[in-house]
Amino acid sequence: MRQILLGGVAVFRESVRDRVPYSIVVFAVLMIAASYLMSQLTAGQDLKIIKDLGLAALSIFGLAIAVFIGVGLVTKEVEKRSVYGLLTKPLSRAEFLLGKFAGLVMTLAVNLSVMTIALYAVLFYAHVSASPGLRASWEAPAVDPRMLIAIVLIFAELMLVTALALFFSTFSSALWATLLTLGLWIAGHFNSDLRNFGAVVDSAPVIWLARVLYYVIPNLAAFDIRSEVAHGIHVSASHVGYTLAYAALYIGVLLTASATIFSRRDFK
Amino acid sequence: MAAAIGVQVVRDRGWTPYEPANAVLWLRSGALAKRLALGFDDLAADVYWIRAVVYYGGRRQVAANRNYEHLYPLLDLVTALDPQFKAAYRFGALFLSEPPPGGPGRPDQAIALLERAIAQDGDWEYFEDLGFVHYWWRHDYISAAEWFKKGAARPGAPSWLLGLAATTLATGGSRQSSRQLWTQLLGDVDSGYMKAQAEHRLKQLDAMDAIDQLTIAMQRFRDRQGRLPRSWQEFASAERLPGVPLDPTGVPFVVNPATGRIDVSPKSTLWPLPAEGGK
Repeated sequence: MRQILLGGVAVFRESVRDRVPYSIVVFAVLMIAASYLMSQLTAGQDLKIIKDLGLAALSIFGLAIAVFIGVGLVTKEVEKRSVYGLLTKPLSRAEFLLGKFAGLVMTLAVNLSVMTIALYAVLFYAHVSASPGLRASWEAPAVDPRMLIAIVLIFAELMLVTALALFFSTFSSALWATLLTLGLWIAGHFNSDLRNFGAVVDSAPVIWLARVLYYVIPNLAAFDIRSEVAHGIHVSASHVGYTLAYAALYIGVLLTASATIFSRRDFK
Repeated sequence: MAAAIGVQVVRDRGWTPYEPANAVLWLRSGALAKRLALGFDDLAADVYWIRAVVYYGGRRQVAANRNYEHLYPLLDLVTALDPQFKAAYRFGALFLSEPPPGGPGRPDQAIALLERAIAQDGDWEYFEDLGFVHYWWRHDYISAAEWFKKGAARPGAPSWLLGLAATTLATGGSRQSSRQLWTQLLGDVDSGYMKAQAEHRLKQLDAMDAIDQLTIAMQRFRDRQGRLPRSWQEFASAERLPGVPLDPTGVPFVVNPATGRIDVSPKSTLWPLPAEGGK
């Protein structure tokens, strides 16, 4: 466990050196600029748009970090051949891999935390600068703690995407791993269509295959409750609980598979 | 940097960028837009909403030749991407109903949009808006009263909505019920545009009240003098008015010299006054 944590801290430090936190500054500037512009352009919908934009930015920035850094975690070490040196140290290949995962999850957690603070700061400004009448007309309060539920699910989704990126990077090149991860991310947002294939296709094998794919491809649409939160719509605790449990199990499977493949990989 | 800005200013003076015929709406299918949004449906809805506000809001102020052909498809797309986007339904319906040159004059499209909103979440405010479109733009007071009544039965509906249904049924088309409707809308909406609309309509109703009073005074003058007054000054002096009669925006009323009919001036923002419907 200690080895994994040390590996994680090393990855986190490396990501800081790679200027990943700069994305946070871009995000913060974007948010502040947007909040001023939006109130002039949106016919009274500035709060909804700040929330939509803020939560979407959290997801997009986080996705970029999870995919592009996640893919590089292993492939960079292999391409630079620094993996040989690392594997001579007293840690197993599985520990090496889990350390990489933990490090990127730490990076994501720090990034998301700072972005969340920036988003809440803008929302707080919107709250204090609005008249009581305007506040009463909002679907949900500006500084709404329920937004944290959406952010927790975004974080869980990003952890799952990181695990996917890590999995693909254990047996393919950086380019392929990036394409496969992004491809599965897109498919993961649409796989509910696979479930309803039976309504448009008559072939039993195709329906069966679609049903299998529906269960195998990560169901990422379930993690998206941004719209509900922005509109102040109740999200059940069971949905959040099941989605988090699903993420934990799926990540577990991916990390186990990654560790197995990586342990058997011949670097000669 | 200053030189670059200077060059840009000079270039902009002599160059009109190409504007495609369909500048606002690239996609028409809500289902396709949802696919392309990759899960960021709300953000895509916001982008289209901002485009609608900027394009049509801007055009309302400056363009003489307004084209509202894309307004309904645009609102349709916004609400397909974000079916909970309340402002798009409410603001959109009000805008769609507005007759030219202020809007496309399509209450039928406003009704279609609001009926979709009702099918989506059944909020009482949509019933109020639907009743309003039937009342104000279609002069269909029976349908209006029905929608107000249905809205009154929705959870969270205010008690005045049932009263509005009764007033509409009893005195639909009267100025009193119109005033009640716009006053409720003024207190109920949060959009600046909708508030401005309600204030504008209330001022028009005030102008109509003032015209009624002036018409009585004009008839009195006519009975006494056997002719129409030669000027507002003569009329004001004869009727002991404090000055030239002004509409609520401060523009003098005008009199048709042939008929003596009083109206708001075409120079006033209140012109033309709405036709009063009868049951």
